[in-house]
Amino acid sequence: MRHDSPATPEPMTAAGADAAPGAGFRERIGYQPVLLGVVALLASGALALASLLTHDAIAAAEARDLRESLTRVLPEGLADNDILTDVIEIPRGDTSVTVYRARRNGRVSAVVFQVSERGYAAQIQLLMAVDADGRTLGVRIIKHSETPGLGDKIEPAKSDWAQGFAGRSLDDPAPAQWAVKKDGGVFDQFAGATVTPRAVVRAVKGGLDFFAAHREQMLGDGS
Amino acid sequence: MSTRYGEIVKAGLWDQNVVLTQMLALCPAMAVTTSGTNGLGMGLATTAVLVLSNMAVSSIRKLLSPQVRIPVFVVIIASLVTLVDMTMRAYLHDLHKVLGLFIALIVVNCAILGRAESFAARSAILPSAVDGLAMGLGFTGALTAIGLVREFLGAGTLFAQASSLLGPGFAFLELTLPGVGGALLVILPPGGFAVLGFMLAGKRLLENRRSDAPTPTVATDSPPVTA
Repeated sequence: MRHDSPATPEPMTAAGADAAPGAGFRERIGYQPVLLGVVALLASGALALASLLTHDAIAAAEARDLRESLTRVLPEGLADNDILTDVIEIPRGDTSVTVYRARRNGRVSAVVFQVSERGYAAQIQLLMAVDADGRTLGVRIIKHSETPGLGDKIEPAKSDWAQGFAGRSLDDPAPAQWAVKKDGGVFDQFAGATVTPRAVVRAVKGGLDFFAAHREQMLGDGS
Repeated sequence: MSTRYGEIVKAGLWDQNVVLTQMLALCPAMAVTTSGTNGLGMGLATTAVLVLSNMAVSSIRKLLSPQVRIPVFVVIIASLVTLVDMTMRAYLHDLHKVLGLFIALIVVNCAILGRAESFAARSAILPSAVDGLAMGLGFTGALTAIGLVREFLGAGTLFAQASSLLGPGFAFLELTLPGVGGALLVILPPGGFAVLGFMLAGKRLLENRRSDAPTPTVATDSPPVTA
Protein backbone atom coordinates (compact mmCIF):
# COMPACT_ATOMS: atom_id res chain seq x y z
CA MET A 1 0.00 0.00 0.00
CA ARG A 2 2.72 2.43 0.90
CA HIS A 3 5.61 1.61 -1.31
CA ASP A 4 7.16 5.03 -1.27
CA SER A 5 10.90 4.97 -1.18
CA PRO A 6 12.49 6.50 1.89
CA ALA A 7 13.12 10.20 1.71
CA THR A 8 16.24 10.02 3.81
CA PRO A 9 19.54 9.67 1.99
CA GLU A 10 21.72 6.86 3.18
CA PRO A 11 24.96 8.32 4.53
CA MET A 12 27.03 5.16 4.25
CA THR A 13 26.23 4.31 0.66
CA ALA A 14 26.73 7.40 -1.39
CA ALA A 15 27.58 5.64 -4.62
CA GLY A 16 25.14 2.82 -5.19
CA ALA A 17 25.52 -0.26 -7.26
CA ASP A 18 23.22 0.99 -9.98
CA ALA A 19 26.01 3.02 -11.47
CA ALA A 20 28.64 0.31 -11.23
CA PRO A 21 30.53 -0.17 -14.48
CA GLY A 22 30.80 -3.45 -16.30
CA ALA A 23 27.22 -4.46 -15.63
CA GLY A 24 25.88 -3.91 -19.08
CA PHE A 25 23.90 -7.14 -19.14
CA ARG A 26 21.60 -5.73 -16.50
CA GLU A 27 20.53 -2.95 -18.83
CA ARG A 28 19.44 -5.27 -21.59
CA ILE A 29 15.71 -5.34 -22.08
CA GLY A 30 15.63 -9.10 -22.39
CA TYR A 31 17.34 -9.59 -19.06
CA GLN A 32 14.71 -7.89 -16.94
CA PRO A 33 11.73 -10.18 -17.56
CA VAL A 34 14.04 -13.17 -17.14
CA LEU A 35 15.26 -11.84 -13.78
CA LEU A 36 11.73 -11.14 -12.60
CA GLY A 37 10.53 -14.51 -13.84
CA VAL A 38 13.32 -16.45 -12.20
CA VAL A 39 12.83 -14.66 -8.88
CA ALA A 40 9.09 -15.29 -8.99
CA LEU A 41 9.68 -18.93 -9.90
CA LEU A 42 12.14 -19.46 -7.06
CA ALA A 43 9.84 -17.71 -4.61
CA SER A 44 6.83 -19.81 -5.62
CA GLY A 45 8.96 -22.93 -5.45
CA ALA A 46 10.09 -22.10 -1.95
CA LEU A 47 6.52 -21.34 -0.87
CA ALA A 48 5.16 -24.54 -2.38
CA LEU A 49 7.86 -26.57 -0.65
CA ALA A 50 7.28 -24.85 2.69
CA SER A 51 3.55 -25.34 2.34
CA LEU A 52 4.06 -29.06 1.77
CA LEU A 53 6.44 -29.36 4.70
CA THR A 54 4.30 -27.45 7.19
CA HIS A 55 0.89 -28.67 6.11
CA ASP A 56 0.67 -31.61 8.48
CA ALA A 57 2.16 -29.73 11.42
CA ILE A 58 -0.29 -26.87 10.93
CA ALA A 59 -3.27 -29.22 10.71
CA ALA A 60 -2.13 -30.99 13.87
CA ALA A 61 -1.63 -27.73 15.73
CA GLU A 62 -5.06 -26.48 14.70
CA ALA A 63 -6.72 -29.70 15.77
CA ARG A 64 -4.96 -29.38 19.12
CA ASP A 65 -6.25 -25.82 19.40
CA LEU A 66 -9.78 -26.87 18.66
CA ARG A 67 -9.58 -29.71 21.14
CA GLU A 68 -8.35 -27.30 23.78
CA SER A 69 -11.17 -24.82 23.12
CA LEU A 70 -13.70 -27.62 23.23
CA THR A 71 -12.47 -28.92 26.54
CA ARG A 72 -12.53 -25.41 27.98
CA VAL A 73 -16.26 -24.96 27.43
CA LEU A 74 -17.11 -28.51 28.42
CA PRO A 75 -16.93 -29.37 32.11
CA GLU A 76 -14.67 -32.32 32.79
CA GLY A 77 -16.02 -35.84 32.86
CA LEU A 78 -18.84 -35.23 30.40
CA ALA A 79 -17.21 -36.95 27.49
CA ASP A 80 -15.51 -40.29 27.06
CA ASN A 81 -15.37 -40.13 23.27
CA ASP A 82 -13.23 -38.21 20.81
CA ILE A 83 -15.31 -35.06 20.41
CA LEU A 84 -13.32 -33.88 17.43
CA THR A 85 -14.42 -36.75 15.24
CA ASP A 86 -18.00 -37.08 16.46
CA VAL A 87 -19.47 -34.23 14.46
CA ILE A 88 -22.57 -33.49 12.48
CA GLU A 89 -23.26 -30.58 10.17
CA ILE A 90 -26.56 -28.78 10.63
CA PRO A 91 -27.62 -26.03 8.24
CA ARG A 92 -28.32 -22.67 9.81
CA GLY A 93 -29.22 -19.78 7.53
CA ASP A 94 -26.89 -19.78 4.54
CA THR A 95 -24.14 -21.75 6.18
CA SER A 96 -23.88 -24.90 8.18
CA VAL A 97 -22.77 -25.27 11.77
CA THR A 98 -20.42 -28.00 12.88
CA VAL A 99 -21.79 -29.58 16.02
CA TYR A 100 -19.32 -31.52 18.18
CA ARG A 101 -20.95 -34.16 20.37
CA ALA A 102 -19.73 -35.23 23.75
CA ARG A 103 -20.85 -38.74 24.66
CA ARG A 104 -20.79 -40.63 27.88
CA ASN A 105 -21.50 -44.36 27.67
CA GLY A 106 -22.59 -43.88 24.08
CA ARG A 107 -25.28 -41.30 24.82
CA VAL A 108 -24.87 -37.67 23.80
CA SER A 109 -24.44 -35.73 27.02
CA ALA A 110 -23.66 -32.35 25.55
CA VAL A 111 -23.00 -30.62 22.26
CA VAL A 112 -20.56 -27.86 21.43
CA PHE A 113 -20.96 -25.52 18.49
CA GLN A 114 -19.93 -22.12 17.30
CA VAL A 115 -22.23 -19.11 17.03
CA SER A 116 -21.49 -15.59 15.93
CA GLU A 117 -23.19 -12.26 16.17
CA ARG A 118 -22.31 -8.80 14.97
CA GLY A 119 -20.70 -6.82 17.77
CA TYR A 120 -19.55 -3.23 17.87
CA ALA A 121 -16.67 -3.61 15.44
CA ALA A 122 -17.12 -6.92 13.66
CA GLN A 123 -18.48 -10.42 14.14
CA ILE A 124 -17.97 -11.87 17.59
CA GLN A 125 -17.43 -15.62 17.39
CA LEU A 126 -18.01 -17.77 20.37
CA LEU A 127 -18.08 -21.42 21.22
CA MET A 128 -20.87 -22.67 23.45
CA ALA A 129 -21.61 -25.98 25.09
CA VAL A 130 -25.19 -27.05 25.75
CA ASP A 131 -26.18 -30.13 27.71
CA ALA A 132 -28.89 -32.56 26.67
CA ASP A 133 -31.50 -30.67 28.71
CA GLY A 134 -30.82 -27.42 26.88
CA ARG A 135 -28.80 -25.74 29.62
CA THR A 136 -25.71 -23.74 28.79
CA LEU A 137 -22.58 -25.38 30.15
CA GLY A 138 -20.06 -22.81 29.05
CA VAL A 139 -19.50 -19.93 26.70
CA ARG A 140 -16.12 -18.89 25.38
CA ILE A 141 -15.33 -16.03 23.06
CA ILE A 142 -12.91 -17.24 20.42
CA LYS A 143 -12.64 -14.22 18.14
CA HIS A 144 -13.65 -10.59 18.35
CA SER A 145 -12.48 -7.10 17.44
CA GLU A 146 -14.19 -5.13 20.17
CA THR A 147 -12.66 -1.97 21.63
CA PRO A 148 -9.69 -2.78 23.87
CA GLY A 149 -10.37 -1.69 27.41
CA LEU A 150 -14.15 -1.59 26.94
CA GLY A 151 -15.73 -4.40 24.97
CA ASP A 152 -12.89 -6.87 25.46
CA LYS A 153 -14.11 -7.77 28.94
CA ILE A 154 -15.98 -10.59 27.24
CA GLU A 155 -12.62 -12.37 26.90
CA PRO A 156 -12.06 -15.05 29.50
CA ALA A 157 -8.58 -13.67 30.14
CA LYS A 158 -9.90 -10.21 31.02
CA SER A 159 -12.99 -10.91 33.10
CA ASP A 160 -15.21 -13.79 34.07
CA TRP A 161 -18.30 -12.13 32.67
CA ALA A 162 -18.92 -14.89 30.11
CA GLN A 163 -19.17 -17.46 32.90
CA GLY A 164 -22.48 -15.86 33.87
CA PHE A 165 -24.14 -17.88 31.13
CA ALA A 166 -23.36 -21.23 32.72
CA GLY A 167 -26.52 -23.01 33.79
CA ARG A 168 -28.82 -20.68 31.87
CA SER A 169 -31.46 -22.10 29.57
CA LEU A 170 -34.23 -20.76 27.38
CA ASP A 171 -36.64 -20.46 30.30
CA ASP A 172 -34.06 -19.40 32.88
CA PRO A 173 -34.29 -16.43 32.75
CA ALA A 174 -37.65 -15.92 31.06
CA PRO A 175 -37.41 -15.06 27.36
CA ALA A 176 -38.08 -11.37 27.97
CA GLN A 177 -35.16 -11.19 30.37
CA TRP A 178 -32.61 -12.64 27.97
CA ALA A 179 -31.03 -9.20 27.66
CA VAL A 180 -28.57 -6.92 29.40
CA LYS A 181 -29.75 -5.08 32.49
CA LYS A 182 -30.06 -1.81 30.60
CA ASP A 183 -32.70 -3.46 28.40
CA GLY A 184 -34.55 -4.93 31.35
CA GLY A 185 -32.74 -8.27 31.35
CA VAL A 186 -30.57 -10.08 33.87
CA PHE A 187 -27.09 -9.88 32.32
CA ASP A 188 -24.59 -7.21 33.29
CA GLN A 189 -23.33 -4.74 30.76
CA PHE A 190 -19.93 -3.06 31.08
CA ALA A 191 -19.36 0.57 31.89
CA GLY A 192 -19.10 2.27 28.52
CA ALA A 193 -19.94 -0.78 26.46
CA THR A 194 -23.47 -1.99 25.92
CA VAL A 195 -23.34 -3.07 22.30
CA THR A 196 -20.81 -5.82 22.94
CA PRO A 197 -22.54 -7.66 25.82
CA ARG A 198 -25.86 -7.16 24.04
CA ALA A 199 -24.45 -8.96 21.01
CA VAL A 200 -23.06 -11.81 23.11
CA VAL A 201 -26.36 -12.27 24.94
CA ARG A 202 -28.15 -12.35 21.58
CA ALA A 203 -25.63 -14.87 20.24
CA VAL A 204 -26.07 -17.23 23.22
CA LYS A 205 -29.85 -16.93 23.07
CA GLY A 206 -29.67 -17.65 19.34
CA GLY A 207 -27.51 -20.68 20.06
CA LEU A 208 -30.03 -22.04 22.55
CA ASP A 209 -32.85 -21.48 20.06
CA PHE A 210 -30.78 -23.31 17.47
CA PHE A 211 -30.29 -26.20 19.88
CA ALA A 212 -34.00 -26.32 20.67
CA ALA A 213 -34.89 -26.38 16.99
CA HIS A 214 -32.48 -29.22 16.18
CA ARG A 215 -32.48 -31.07 19.47
CA GLU A 216 -33.49 -34.43 18.06
CA GLN A 217 -30.93 -34.26 15.31
CA MET A 218 -28.11 -33.26 17.65
CA LEU A 219 -28.85 -35.87 20.28
CA GLY A 220 -29.77 -38.65 17.88
CA ASP A 221 -27.36 -41.24 16.59
CA GLY A 222 -27.75 -40.47 12.91
CA SER A 223 -25.01 -38.46 11.32
CA MET B 1 35.47 -2.22 9.85
CA SER B 2 34.36 -2.38 13.44
CA THR B 3 33.56 1.31 13.56
CA ARG B 4 31.37 0.95 10.54
CA TYR B 5 29.31 -1.79 12.17
CA GLY B 6 29.07 0.49 15.17
CA GLU B 7 27.70 3.21 12.94
CA ILE B 8 25.19 0.85 11.38
CA VAL B 9 23.95 -0.23 14.77
CA LYS B 10 23.76 3.31 16.08
CA ALA B 11 21.92 4.46 12.96
CA GLY B 12 19.37 1.68 13.30
CA LEU B 13 18.76 2.11 16.98
CA TRP B 14 18.70 5.89 17.18
CA ASP B 15 19.99 8.22 14.46
CA GLN B 16 17.96 6.71 11.64
CA ASN B 17 15.28 5.06 13.76
CA VAL B 18 12.59 3.74 11.44
CA VAL B 19 9.69 5.26 13.31
CA LEU B 20 11.15 8.17 15.23
CA THR B 21 13.40 9.61 12.51
CA GLN B 22 12.51 8.15 9.15
CA MET B 23 8.81 8.26 10.00
CA LEU B 24 8.28 5.04 8.08
CA ALA B 25 6.05 2.13 9.03
CA LEU B 26 3.64 4.37 10.88
CA CYS B 27 0.73 2.12 9.91
CA PRO B 28 1.80 -0.82 12.10
CA ALA B 29 3.30 1.60 14.62
CA MET B 30 -0.14 3.10 15.25
CA ALA B 31 -2.33 0.08 14.72
CA VAL B 32 -0.82 -2.48 17.05
CA THR B 33 0.65 -0.40 19.85
CA THR B 34 -2.30 -0.57 22.20
CA SER B 35 -0.06 -2.39 24.66
CA GLY B 36 3.62 -2.88 25.29
CA THR B 37 3.35 -6.59 24.59
CA ASN B 38 1.79 -6.00 21.19
CA GLY B 39 4.48 -3.51 20.27
CA LEU B 40 7.20 -5.91 21.31
CA GLY B 41 5.68 -8.81 19.39
CA MET B 42 5.20 -6.82 16.20
CA GLY B 43 8.72 -5.45 16.51
CA LEU B 44 10.35 -8.85 16.94
CA ALA B 45 8.43 -10.41 14.04
CA THR B 46 9.36 -7.48 11.83
CA THR B 47 13.00 -7.74 12.88
CA ALA B 48 13.13 -11.38 11.78
CA VAL B 49 11.70 -10.56 8.36
CA LEU B 50 13.93 -7.51 8.02
CA VAL B 51 17.11 -9.48 8.66
CA LEU B 52 16.09 -12.22 6.22
CA SER B 53 14.97 -9.84 3.49
CA ASN B 54 18.10 -7.71 3.80
CA MET B 55 20.26 -10.82 3.46
CA ALA B 56 18.25 -12.14 0.51
CA VAL B 57 18.34 -8.84 -1.34
CA SER B 58 22.01 -8.34 -0.62
CA SER B 59 22.91 -11.80 -1.89
CA ILE B 60 21.40 -11.09 -5.31
CA ARG B 61 22.36 -7.41 -5.50
CA LYS B 62 24.87 -7.98 -8.31
CA LEU B 63 22.14 -9.49 -10.46
CA LEU B 64 19.57 -6.80 -9.85
CA SER B 65 18.50 -4.58 -12.65
CA PRO B 66 17.49 -1.07 -11.59
CA GLN B 67 14.34 -1.13 -13.69
CA VAL B 68 12.76 -4.18 -12.11
CA ARG B 69 14.34 -4.06 -8.66
CA ILE B 70 11.16 -2.92 -6.87
CA PRO B 71 9.01 -5.85 -8.10
CA VAL B 72 11.85 -8.22 -7.20
CA PHE B 73 11.99 -6.78 -3.67
CA VAL B 74 8.23 -7.05 -3.31
CA VAL B 75 8.24 -10.71 -4.40
CA ILE B 76 11.10 -11.53 -2.01
CA ILE B 77 9.56 -9.74 0.97
CA ALA B 78 6.07 -11.15 0.43
CA SER B 79 7.46 -14.68 0.10
CA LEU B 80 9.58 -14.33 3.24
CA VAL B 81 6.62 -13.06 5.25
CA THR B 82 4.55 -16.00 4.07
CA LEU B 83 7.36 -18.42 4.91
CA VAL B 84 7.72 -16.99 8.40
CA ASP B 85 3.95 -17.11 8.82
CA MET B 86 3.72 -20.79 7.81
CA THR B 87 6.72 -21.81 9.88
CA MET B 88 5.40 -20.12 12.99
CA ARG B 89 1.94 -21.51 12.48
CA ALA B 90 3.39 -25.01 12.32
CA TYR B 91 6.06 -24.96 14.99
CA LEU B 92 5.38 -21.95 17.24
CA HIS B 93 1.65 -22.20 17.26
CA ASP B 94 0.96 -20.42 20.53
CA LEU B 95 3.15 -17.50 19.59
CA HIS B 96 1.45 -17.39 16.23
CA LYS B 97 -1.94 -17.02 17.86
CA VAL B 98 -0.70 -13.87 19.56
CA LEU B 99 1.23 -12.47 16.61
CA GLY B 100 -0.75 -13.93 13.72
CA LEU B 101 -2.49 -10.74 12.77
CA PHE B 102 0.70 -8.71 12.85
CA ILE B 103 2.65 -11.04 10.62
CA ALA B 104 0.40 -10.44 7.65
CA LEU B 105 0.77 -6.71 8.28
CA ILE B 106 4.54 -6.92 7.88
CA VAL B 107 4.10 -7.19 4.11
CA VAL B 108 2.89 -3.60 3.92
CA ASN B 109 5.66 -2.33 6.17
CA CYS B 110 7.46 0.07 3.86
CA ALA B 111 10.46 0.17 6.17
CA ILE B 112 11.47 -3.29 4.91
CA LEU B 113 11.31 -2.20 1.29
CA GLY B 114 13.13 0.96 2.32
CA ARG B 115 16.05 -0.95 3.82
CA ALA B 116 16.22 -3.27 0.81
CA GLU B 117 16.36 -0.29 -1.51
CA SER B 118 18.65 2.02 0.40
CA PHE B 119 21.00 -0.39 2.14
CA ALA B 120 20.87 -4.07 1.25
CA ALA B 121 20.94 -3.56 -2.53
CA ARG B 122 24.27 -1.77 -2.13
CA SER B 123 26.01 -3.65 0.67
CA ALA B 124 27.53 -7.02 1.37
CA ILE B 125 25.54 -9.69 3.18
CA LEU B 126 26.96 -9.29 6.69
CA PRO B 127 26.54 -5.51 6.96
CA SER B 128 23.04 -5.93 5.50
CA ALA B 129 22.15 -8.47 8.16
CA VAL B 130 23.52 -6.16 10.88
CA ASP B 131 21.57 -3.27 9.40
CA GLY B 132 18.38 -5.32 9.36
CA LEU B 133 18.93 -6.36 12.96
CA ALA B 134 19.68 -2.84 14.16
CA MET B 135 16.82 -1.24 12.26
CA GLY B 136 14.49 -3.97 13.47
CA LEU B 137 15.54 -3.54 17.08
CA GLY B 138 15.16 0.23 16.76
CA PHE B 139 11.67 -0.34 15.41
CA THR B 140 10.95 -2.80 18.23
CA GLY B 141 12.13 -0.28 20.80
CA ALA B 142 10.01 2.52 19.39
CA LEU B 143 6.92 0.33 19.16
CA THR B 144 7.36 -1.06 22.65
CA ALA B 145 7.81 2.44 24.06
CA ILE B 146 4.70 3.77 22.31
CA GLY B 147 2.78 0.70 23.42
CA LEU B 148 3.87 1.01 27.03
CA VAL B 149 2.92 4.69 27.22
CA ARG B 150 -0.48 4.07 25.65
CA GLU B 151 -1.10 1.03 27.82
CA PHE B 152 -0.07 2.83 30.98
CA LEU B 153 -2.17 5.92 30.33
CA GLY B 154 -5.05 4.11 28.71
CA ALA B 155 -5.53 0.96 30.73
CA GLY B 156 -3.33 1.36 33.81
CA THR B 157 -1.29 -1.76 33.10
CA LEU B 158 2.21 -2.49 31.85
CA PHE B 159 3.09 -5.45 29.62
CA ALA B 160 -0.31 -7.05 30.12
CA GLN B 161 -0.29 -10.65 28.87
CA ALA B 162 3.46 -10.61 28.29
CA SER B 163 3.58 -14.21 29.45
CA SER B 164 1.41 -15.36 26.55
CA LEU B 165 3.97 -13.88 24.17
CA LEU B 166 7.26 -14.64 25.91
CA GLY B 167 6.34 -17.61 28.05
CA PRO B 168 5.26 -17.95 31.66
CA GLY B 169 8.73 -16.98 32.90
CA PHE B 170 8.00 -13.39 31.98
CA ALA B 171 4.88 -13.02 34.06
CA PHE B 172 6.83 -10.74 36.43
CA LEU B 173 6.74 -8.05 33.74
CA GLU B 174 3.01 -7.75 34.00
CA LEU B 175 1.98 -4.89 36.21
CA THR B 176 -1.49 -3.71 37.00
CA LEU B 177 -1.86 -0.44 38.79
CA PRO B 178 -4.67 -0.77 41.27
CA GLY B 179 -7.42 1.79 41.01
CA VAL B 180 -6.21 3.31 37.76
CA GLY B 181 -8.91 3.16 35.13
CA GLY B 182 -7.03 4.98 32.42
CA ALA B 183 -8.10 7.34 29.69
CA LEU B 184 -9.67 5.36 26.90
CA LEU B 185 -8.73 7.97 24.30
CA VAL B 186 -5.08 6.99 24.54
CA ILE B 187 -5.91 3.43 23.48
CA LEU B 188 -8.04 4.60 20.56
CA PRO B 189 -6.36 5.74 17.31
CA PRO B 190 -6.11 9.47 18.21
CA GLY B 191 -4.06 8.47 21.23
CA GLY B 192 -1.58 6.73 18.94
CA PHE B 193 -1.00 9.93 16.99
CA ALA B 194 -0.72 12.02 20.14
CA VAL B 195 1.74 9.67 21.85
CA LEU B 196 3.88 9.40 18.71
CA GLY B 197 3.85 13.19 18.41
CA PHE B 198 5.09 13.64 21.95
CA MET B 199 7.79 11.02 21.39
CA LEU B 200 9.04 12.71 18.23
CA ALA B 201 9.12 16.03 20.04
CA GLY B 202 10.95 14.40 22.94
CA LYS B 203 13.58 12.84 20.66
CA ARG B 204 14.24 16.17 18.92
CA LEU B 205 14.48 17.92 22.24
CA LEU B 206 16.97 15.37 23.49
CA GLU B 207 19.11 15.67 20.37
CA ASN B 208 19.03 19.45 20.42
CA ARG B 209 20.05 19.53 24.01
CA ARG B 210 22.86 17.05 23.47
CA SER B 211 24.48 19.24 20.86
CA ASP B 212 23.70 22.90 21.32
CA ALA B 213 24.03 23.40 17.60
CA PRO B 214 21.15 22.14 15.44
CA THR B 215 21.29 18.39 15.01
CA PRO B 216 23.31 17.20 12.06
CA THR B 217 20.78 14.51 11.21
CA VAL B 218 19.00 14.65 7.93
CA ALA B 219 15.65 15.16 9.51
CA THR B 220 15.89 18.91 9.95
CA ASP B 221 12.88 19.42 7.75
CA SER B 222 10.81 18.13 10.59
CA PRO B 223 7.19 17.42 9.82
CA PRO B 224 4.63 19.22 11.96
CA VAL B 225 4.49 17.61 15.33
CA THR B 226 1.15 17.35 17.02
CA ALA B 227 1.35 17.98 20.69
